[in-house]
Amino acid sequence: MIRFANLYKQLDATTKTNQKVAALVDYFSLVDAADAAWATYFLAGNRLSRLIPTRLLRQWAAEAAGIPDWLFEESYHSVGDLAETISLVVPPSQSQSDRSLTDWINTELSPLGQLPPQDQQQRILEIWSKTNTETRFVVMKLMTGGFRVGVSKGLLIRALAKHSGVSPDVIAHRMMGQWEPNRESFEALVNPDETGWEASKPYPFCLANPIPADKNINHLGDSNRYIAEWKWDGIRCQIIRRESQVFLWSRGDMLMENTWPEIEAAAEKIPNGTVLDGEILATNSEGSVLPFDQLQRRIGRKRVGKKLLHEVPVVFHAFDLLELNSEDIRQLPFHSRRERLEVLFERLNDTNLKTTEVVQANQWQDLTEKRSRSRENLAEGLMLKRLDSPYSVGRVQGHWWKWKVAAETIDAVLIYAQKGHGQRANLFTDYTFAVWDGDALVPFAKAYSGLTRQEIQQVDRFVRQNTNDTFGPVRSVTPQLVMEIAFEGIRKSKRHKCGVATRFPRISRWRHDKQPADANTLSDLHRLIESYREPSSDQ
Amino acid sequence: MQPIIEQTSAGLYCPIGDFYIDPSRPVHRAVITHAHSDHARFGSQNYLSSVEGEHLLRLRVNADAEFMFVKYGEVVNRGGVKISLHPAGHILGSSQIRIEHRGQVTVITGDYKLEPDPTCSPWEPISCHHFITESTFGLPIFRWPSQATVQDSINHWWKTNQEEGRCSVLYGYAIGKSQRLLAGLDPSLGPILTHGAVEKGIQAYRDSGLALAPTRYVDQTLTKDLIPKSLVLAVPSAHGTSWLKRFGKISTAMASGWCMMRGWRRRRSMDQGFLISDHVDWPSLLKAVQLADAEMVWVDHGFSQVVARYLNDNGQPAKSIGRGSREENEDEQNINAILSTEAAS
Ligand SMILES: [Zn+2]
Repeated sequence: MIRFANLYKQLDATTKTNQKVAALVDYFSLVDAADAAWATYFLAGNRLSRLIPTRLLRQWAAEAAGIPDWLFEESYHSVGDLAETISLVVPPSQSQSDRSLTDWINTELSPLGQLPPQDQQQRILEIWSKTNTETRFVVMKLMTGGFRVGVSKGLLIRALAKHSGVSPDVIAHRMMGQWEPNRESFEALVNPDETGWEASKPYPFCLANPIPADKNINHLGDSNRYIAEWKWDGIRCQIIRRESQVFLWSRGDMLMENTWPEIEAAAEKIPNGTVLDGEILATNSEGSVLPFDQLQRRIGRKRVGKKLLHEVPVVFHAFDLLELNSEDIRQLPFHSRRERLEVLFERLNDTNLKTTEVVQANQWQDLTEKRSRSRENLAEGLMLKRLDSPYSVGRVQGHWWKWKVAAETIDAVLIYAQKGHGQRANLFTDYTFAVWDGDALVPFAKAYSGLTRQEIQQVDRFVRQNTNDTFGPVRSVTPQLVMEIAFEGIRKSKRHKCGVATRFPRISRWRHDKQPADANTLSDLHRLIESYREPSSDQ
Repeated sequence: MQPIIEQTSAGLYCPIGDFYIDPSRPVHRAVITHAHSDHARFGSQNYLSSVEGEHLLRLRVNADAEFMFVKYGEVVNRGGVKISLHPAGHILGSSQIRIEHRGQVTVITGDYKLEPDPTCSPWEPISCHHFITESTFGLPIFRWPSQATVQDSINHWWKTNQEEGRCSVLYGYAIGKSQRLLAGLDPSLGPILTHGAVEKGIQAYRDSGLALAPTRYVDQTLTKDLIPKSLVLAVPSAHGTSWLKRFGKISTAMASGWCMMRGWRRRRSMDQGFLISDHVDWPSLLKAVQLADAEMVWVDHGFSQVVARYLNDNGQPAKSIGRGSREENEDEQNINAILSTEAAS
C-alpha cells in the first residue's frame, strides 16, 4: 500500500504525461501481478462498492481528532475533499503498515461492509492508527469512491503497453468488458501473445474541426465540394461486423456492450467484413430525434430494461463506410464510400439502422439558412464533409468541418457562490445565476467555467466582501454582478424551482457594462423555450 | 475587564498610550511586530520595534521616520502604559507586544510559531489577561511535521535533481522563509543561488549578525556549468516567468504551510511542496492560548471565527476580530505571482 500511495503522490504531483507514464511503468515493474491488477482497476476508474456511509466516517474522524462536527465540516469546506480532510484531521500515526495493496483490499477493506457499525468503527480507527497522512489519504480515497488522479484511460494503456511491450491497441481491447482485478487478469492483460483479437479492432476515428461561429463560410471554397448533414448530439460509434461477431466502439476506445441491444441485434444482418461509422441517436416512433438527456438515460447501466428500451428507442445513423468485403476502403474519396454505404443500406432495410440525411442545398447562402433552423431539428448545426476526402486519422484540417449555430445567451445576476473542489478548493468558483421574475430574482442556472483566472480572482474577492448570508458552503451575495450566460439548449423542467432547465450553461463574459436591473427575465427564458419546440417532459 | 486595546479602522490601538500596533495606514506612533509587508507599513512618523529586526524594518519603511529599537524585555513607557517586546519566533526580530496598564496585561502575538528556528530568537509564553493571537492556520487540518524531516527531504530533492541534471528552484518569501530554508540547506551539495529580492533579505540577516551559508546572487556573470548542480532560492512571483529560462531544466518547489492542502499545491503547478511554515499550526495555537491563561482571547486574521467559536465552546472566552482572512490575502498574492508574466529581477 505504501508503494501505491507513493504512486498516487507521483501521479498527483505532475501534469506532464511522460512523467505520469514513467511513474506507472515504474510501479508495474515493482509490484506483483495481483497488486498491478488492483492498481489498474482503480486507475481505470473502477471503485470498491461503498463500504461505510461517509456520514459515519466524518463522525468518527471528528471524534478521533477530538473536534466537534461543525469544525470537521469547516475543515472540509476549506479542503474540498472528504478523504483528504479525514486524512489531515486525524492525528498522524507513528507506525506504518507495509502490507501489499491486495492484502489491504482483501483483509482490511472488503470485509468492512459486512460488519456491524461498532466493529466498523474499531477497524477504521485501527486503519488510521497504522497509516501516515499520505497512505491514509489513498486508503480513504479507495473507500469514499472518487479516485481521480489525472490518469486517462489512454495514459494507463500507454503505460501498460510500455511496461509489457504489448501494442496499445491490444491492451485497449483486452481492458474492455468485465475485467476482474486479479493476478490472472493482469497476466492476461500484459500477455505478449497478441493473436486472436483482430476481429474486434476499430479504426482510429476521423474528427471534424470547428468553424468559428463568426467566420465567413466562403473561405471553405465551392459549396458543391461538400456534403452537409445535421450535426446531432448523440453517441459516435463504429460498428464492426467481422467473423460473425458484432462490436460497437465509441470514441475514446470504449467497447460498448449491452447498452444498445437493438443495434447489436440489427447489426447481425450486416455482411461480415464491414465497418461503419455513425451516430447513435434516441429517436421516437415517428422517426424524429429526441434530446440528448433522453439518450443519456441509456448510458452507464449494466443492463437496459424493457421499459427503458421502449421509452428511449435508439437508431444508428450511419454516415461512413470504412471497410467493405474485409477491405479497408478509407482511402477512397468520401463520395464513393457514401455511394457504397447507401447501396449496402438499401439491402439491409432495418428500422434501427439508417443512413444520415443529406441536407440538400445549392449555395452557402442556402446552407446558412438551413443551419439557422438547426434548433427546430434538435441539431447543433451542420457537418460539412469534403466529397473528395479520405477517412483520415484524427483531426485533419479541411476534410470534415462542424458548423455549429451560436449558443443562446441570457444576462443574469450572480446570487450564490460556492468554493470549487480539487484545484479550486479555496476559491469561489461555482456560481448560481438568477433572472428577474417580477421584482424577485429566481435562480435558473449554475455555471462553473468561462472566466479567466484573473476574473475568478476578482469574483472571489467580491464574494468574500459581499456575503450576506451563508448556508453551509453556499454564500448568498449582494446581487450586483451581471454575467452573460451561454447555453446549448433550454426546456421546461418541474425539477427546477424556476421551471426552466438549461444545457451546458457557462459564463460567456462578464457584463461590466450592465446593472442587475438590465438582466433578463423569466418570461424571456420562456420565450426562448417556445422557439426551441422541445418536448416538455422532465424525466 | 475593560480592554486597553481597541479595534480601529487603522488596526489595533491603545488610546491611553496613543499608539497603534502594526497599523494598516500611516499614523503618528506605530509599534511593529515584524517586518513583513502586511505588518510593517510605510509612512508612519514614529516606529518602535525590536533591535533584532532593525535592518529588516529599515528595508520596509521610510528612512526619514523616527525609530526606536529596543531589546527584548526592555520596558518603554508611553503615557503610563508599559510596552515591552518579546520574541515571537516568526522571523528575525519578530516580537509579541506586551502592554501593561495598572496591572492589566495585554499580549499581541503578531505572527508567531512555537518550533525552534535557527534564524531568530525562540517564542516564549507570556501569561496575560488579554491575549490577541493570529490564526492564519487555525484549522485542525494544519499540523506541521518535524522540521528536521522536511529539511532532509529538501536536501534529498536537491540531490535527486542534481543526479537527473536539473536545477532546483525553491520558492519562499524573501524575508524569513528564505533565510530559514537557507539555514536548513546542506551547502556541501552545491552552489546556492539567489533571486534579487531574496539576496536583499539575506544581506539584511547577515548585517544583523547572523551567520548564513554562502550564497550567490544570480547575475550575468553566472557560468552555465554551475547551474545544474545549483539550488536557487527565489520568490514565488518568479514562478512561470522568463527569469527562470536561464536555468534550463528545472524542478520547482514551494515551501509553505498551505502545501498541506492538495488543491493549493496543484493550483500552483509546482513539482513539489514542502511543508514549512512560520506560523502556529492548530496544536501550537491551542497550546499558546492555554499558556497565556488569559481572561479574554481575541482572534485576529486567518480562521478567526472558527478559532473563536472553538475556544468559546471549550470554556475559553474568545472573540473574532478578523479583518478579512490571511488565507485570502496570501492566496491572492500567490495567484498574482503566478499570473504575473513580467520577468522578475
Ligand atoms: Zn509575518
